Amino acid sequence: MSLASQLPVLPVLLPAVTAIALLLLGDHEGSGHGHRRLRWARALALASTALGGVIALLLALQADTGALTVYRLGDWPAPFGIVLVVDRLAAMMLVLGAAVALPVLLYASGGWDAHGRYFHALFQFQLMGLNGAFLTGDLFNLFVFFEVLLISSYVLMLHGGGPLRLRVGLHYVLLNLLASALFLVGAALVYGITGTLNFADLALRAPQVAPADARLLQAAALLLLVVFGFKASLAPLSLWLPATYAASSAPVAALFAIMTKVGVYAILRVHGVTLPGSAALVLLPLALLTCTVGVLGALAAGTLQRLVAWLTVASVGTILAAVGLFGPAAWSAALFYMVNSTLVVAGLFLLAELVAAQRGDVGGLLQPAPAVAQPALLGLLLLLAAASMAGLPPLPGFIGKVMLLQAAWGHAWAVPVWGVVLAVGFCTLVGLARAGSLLFWQVQHEGTTAAAGASGRLLVATVSLLAASVALAAAAAPLAAYTDAAARQLADTAAYARAVLPELGGERAVSTEPYTGRRPVAALPPASAPAAAASSASGATR
Amino acid sequence: MTGAAPLLSMEFLMATGIGVVSATGIWLLLRGRSFAVVLGMSLLGYAVNVFIFTMGRLWRDAAPILSDGSRLLTDPLPQALALTAIVIGFATTGFLIELALRSNADNGTDHVDGAEPGAPGVPGQAPDDAPPGGAR
Repeated sequence: MSLASQLPVLPVLLPAVTAIALLLLGDHEGSGHGHRRLRWARALALASTALGGVIALLLALQADTGALTVYRLGDWPAPFGIVLVVDRLAAMMLVLGAAVALPVLLYASGGWDAHGRYFHALFQFQLMGLNGAFLTGDLFNLFVFFEVLLISSYVLMLHGGGPLRLRVGLHYVLLNLLASALFLVGAALVYGITGTLNFADLALRAPQVAPADARLLQAAALLLLVVFGFKASLAPLSLWLPATYAASSAPVAALFAIMTKVGVYAILRVHGVTLPGSAALVLLPLALLTCTVGVLGALAAGTLQRLVAWLTVASVGTILAAVGLFGPAAWSAALFYMVNSTLVVAGLFLLAELVAAQRGDVGGLLQPAPAVAQPALLGLLLLLAAASMAGLPPLPGFIGKVMLLQAAWGHAWAVPVWGVVLAVGFCTLVGLARAGSLLFWQVQHEGTTAAAGASGRLLVATVSLLAASVALAAAAAPLAAYTDAAARQLADTAAYARAVLPELGGERAVSTEPYTGRRPVAALPPASAPAAAASSASGATR
Repeated sequence: MTGAAPLLSMEFLMATGIGVVSATGIWLLLRGRSFAVVLGMSLLGYAVNVFIFTMGRLWRDAAPILSDGSRLLTDPLPQALALTAIVIGFATTGFLIELALRSNADNGTDHVDGAEPGAPGVPGQAPDDAPPGGAR
């Protein structure tokens, strides 16, 4: 019961406990000591998020040794109990989540958190849902953590209020509720056919499903693809994202940059390795369509926020195209590109608001306006972000795209992938260059620049996100080695099964099957006692 | 219910029940008024919960959780899943109702687009309305 052995559950527990503490601390409104409470809440939330980042880094270091850490809640053996699994991919996602969350929280502490109630508590619940979704080892808990992060995201999206946010927020909530209903249908179908929800067990059971049921399983997998594709904004399910992200407050939109990646992660986990081949035909064409739609939207965008939101769609399309190539090399490219694009998109959302705030009433509208107060700094930041987003060397966006193009070489879809990815990079550059020249060069000199420069905290948060992207360029080789190893580990389903189902014989596990209601005639194969006891206790007999 | 009653089997009744409730829910979801949409979302949630329940197969004369070993047991897992889904669905429905009420109060209409159809001035790409607090 050392602390180190409890490490995998801490990324879920720490935000949960922090959020409850923040709720108990109370809200800043309606009390005479409002400001002091808010300062306490900020300090507590920042400390907890930083600690979460340290835990994520420790887990990543542990995972980088190649060890698959399996944490059993209540010590029930899988697949009957709930497990959290830390592999390289999950640990990387945790670190990425923390790397986005910490600067975003710092930015929000610069004033946004006072614009509504319980911002910090909801932020922590969102982190809990994100971390849980990355760590969980079974499909149903993926649903539960999706709900945790979604419910907090509903309220965060509405943070700041206003008719526009309410209108878009209602759509966002309704669409997500519908997606959740489909998730439940898909998960229930998977359970009804295979008798298990555990990823490791499911990967073993799926090939053994009777041919009559195989198509039903395929239908269930595609239902899940609709759900995850909706979260990841896979075309044609991507049209909700620009309106929602552009209407959200800047720190919330920046945090949501990691939320689309939850969808990508779930597609990789479920359709990549657990039910391999179930999305093989549709994912790549839809991903290329997503890229195209995203970049066209970016070219047509009327505000800077919408431009960034559409670029989010385009970047997710690029990542999913790499996922859709189905192979360790392509997945490595997907992960590498995902790390970079998530940081850059989050930074761009923050930057967009810094720029909009200094342009007076014009805000983020892409039309001539008085000059911003800090043209050199903000312009350079936008240039840096644009170069990384479009994939110009030597920034990591370029390296990620090169990895993707190399992985696509020789694939049947090589020509469309090369064409779309290169065209999207070019159009991204055009879109951001248009925005940049409008924002910083087409200046009306008669207007007064009443706005002062951005406060230090906001700048530090924005710069640190964009600087992380540059730092990635310097650390590209170690990161690429890590993503290579992560993709190989992800594809090694046998090792995953050995780690999660050791009592049942690892990759030869004889575990669950569709429930028949009958007691086992012979107990489980000569397994250790706890497994047999657990199987009868939980009623999952065979 | 003993012999072969293929048309009115329990499975048939459950399947048609789920189908009718889902269809009603989807129809209501496609309405333009938030009250109908909330009702549709709830109905769809009920249908999904029953669907989860039936994924453990339908049983007769089987013990729900515990038995002495001689009787059949129903599958307990879908019951637990349905329970979780009910709890989450309850919370989200509550939130959705509150959100619909707020939207009605702030926008002056219960249309899901926040404006009456055909009314002028549906803000398409209105810029962000609230400047950041700390940006000055």
